[in-house]
Amino acid sequence: MRLVILEDYDQASEWAAKYICNRIIQFKPTQGRYFTLGLPTGNTPLGCYKKLIEYHKNGDLSFKYVKTFNMDEYVGLPRNHPESYHSYMWNNFFKHIDIDPNNAHILDGNAPDLQVECDAFEKKIEEAGGIDLFVGGIGPDGHIAFNEPGSSLSSRTRLKTLAMDTILANAKYFDGDLSKVPTMALTVGVGTVMDAREVRTYLVLVACMFSRLVCVVIGIEGKKTSVLQVMILITGAHKAFALYKAIEEGVNHMWTVSAFQQHPRTIFVCDEDATLELRVKTVKYFKGLMHVHNKLVDPLYSMKEN
Amino acid sequence: MPSNKSVSDAPIAQFTNCRLLRGRRLQREDLWVREGKILNPEKLFFDEKGSADVQLDCKGCILAPGFIDVQINGGFGVDFSLATDDFRSGIDLVGRKILSHGVTSFCPTLVTSPPSVYHQILPQIDVRNGGAHGAGVLGAHMEGPFISKEKKGAHPEHCIRTFEENAFQDLLATYGSLDCVRIVTLAPEIKRSSEVIRELTKRGICVSLGHSVANLSQAEEAVQHGATFITHLFNAMLPFHHRDPGIVGLLTSDKIPAGRRVFYGMISDGIHTNPAALRIAHRAHPKGMVLVTDAIAGMGLAPGRHTLGQQVVEIDGLNTYIAGTKTLSGSVATMDTCVRHFLEATGCSVETALEAASLHPAQLLGIEDRKGTLNYDSDADFLMLDDSLHVQATYIAGEEVWRRDALGM
Repeated sequence: MRLVILEDYDQASEWAAKYICNRIIQFKPTQGRYFTLGLPTGNTPLGCYKKLIEYHKNGDLSFKYVKTFNMDEYVGLPRNHPESYHSYMWNNFFKHIDIDPNNAHILDGNAPDLQVECDAFEKKIEEAGGIDLFVGGIGPDGHIAFNEPGSSLSSRTRLKTLAMDTILANAKYFDGDLSKVPTMALTVGVGTVMDAREVRTYLVLVACMFSRLVCVVIGIEGKKTSVLQVMILITGAHKAFALYKAIEEGVNHMWTVSAFQQHPRTIFVCDEDATLELRVKTVKYFKGLMHVHNKLVDPLYSMKEN
Repeated sequence: MPSNKSVSDAPIAQFTNCRLLRGRRLQREDLWVREGKILNPEKLFFDEKGSADVQLDCKGCILAPGFIDVQINGGFGVDFSLATDDFRSGIDLVGRKILSHGVTSFCPTLVTSPPSVYHQILPQIDVRNGGAHGAGVLGAHMEGPFISKEKKGAHPEHCIRTFEENAFQDLLATYGSLDCVRIVTLAPEIKRSSEVIRELTKRGICVSLGHSVANLSQAEEAVQHGATFITHLFNAMLPFHHRDPGIVGLLTSDKIPAGRRVFYGMISDGIHTNPAALRIAHRAHPKGMVLVTDAIAGMGLAPGRHTLGQQVVEIDGLNTYIAGTKTLSGSVATMDTCVRHFLEATGCSVETALEAASLHPAQLLGIEDRKGTLNYDSDADFLMLDDSLHVQATYIAGEEVWRRDALGM
């Protein structure tokens, strides 16, 4: 795991956007060889999306040969409802960039047969050759996508009933009226994201001047898997406890993000506030490696150079 | 994924880098157009997996719905109240010329005239869509002859009539046909006006009060029977009086039927109404303001004498008088000038000024589902304006029908 700690929300968003930008450009996507991206919704990634749009508008980044797969969508909400994840992705990302609509995949919460829809979604990911970079967030209860506490760590894309915590947290987007909040959603499973193509664990530590403890464990498992790299964005003090549970405690289905401890390539990008529940030792350790982390985003590549 | 793809192969245009008037405010959004209508790009993206065929950079312009002029008596030498053999080419000429003023739909207005004139002219007015040939014709505005002799303004007294005898039948006989009539201005104090108003309203014709000495309760009664508009507020009606506000009192009347709104036309050329009066009306009832030009044949022409129906008028700058008098008779202001003047005189927002010339007239005529807004599925009649609301380009049904060239023409 790399734990990349930035000072505030804006810097964390920018670091994450730069990372995504560099990954896409270094991949050199082209006709027939697409870069596949897993994408989140919610408040946390908004800053990151804005920066990506900025790079696109500056001509530095094109999404022409990028395929996207969103993690989840509400069930029963009309697709054009302002709170649907289709609306979110359109307004906050798709309408500002040059992605081909055929390559933007979001689960359909109004499909006639929801399980068929879920299975088809997994198939689409498989057909796309798996996901090169999966970007996710974390709920205050430690959930990834809508894999609420208690979700099986080997789960696949399926229908989930939402936890009361999640419904309460979402009420503010539905005029505070609990009866209007969707109670079910389709979501990729923990297992779906845990399928890892290569295994490489990074520990990113801010350089302590005297000891450059960079533990890079490279283990290449020959699994034919689907998600190459995971990046989790976590910002804000209200997510601090979940981050603690996710990385300092054991793998536990009550905090499903903890499953990523077993994914070979995971980066957690967070701001100072999100580290408030971590041990000082952990934070110092990873801050010490920032100079190594920053090599991933500096230099920032541009498609103009090609 | 949804599989209900649309069957349209028509090209899709995306107007980018603009601020468009939608939801009562200027938003940084792109305008998408297909087959003459405004398209919902989100639906296009998810349902049809479609994208734009051509992108046009609006260079930061304001995109507003095309203006709708519901009171225009002519222009460029054409007088809509003059029965000529080539009347149609007169409508065509005006329709084409006003595109440069930002008008995409209009109601050719006929002032008080003898029945023979109506019988000759009305069959030559066709309700039709706009396009490269000119602004769309929504229907005729009959300003008279059922008005008050005391408030005739520039209308010829000998042509003024009543419908005391046979009410609606009299009106029908006078006009000859109501096929292309969209608005009728009348004075509600005329006996049996209530019946007439009801009959006209039943036929979907907008009834407007004007050239009248009605008091407030007569005006309110007219509204209860279906009247929804006031013709050039303040002009040709009794002045506001604090114990009987007259027609002007409709702006704040509490006797308007629920769910109904009274609109009022104002000629905001700086001459027909003092800016202070414009502000009073606007502040009293901002949602009812409809900007009109009341332009006459001389609009767009050099100063001098021109005809207006049965009268001769004299133009001197922006002022138009009955020749030899000081009685105002119509204006020579253009719609975009009126919008700019309204903005300046009231200090209102750009959105409000634009809505007074587009959304409100569309609401008055009950056509806001397809005109007067930039909502999805509306007709793509829109304008590109600079920040000071000068028209840079005019589009009808998604096609560019006029553009300001480098010389500012």
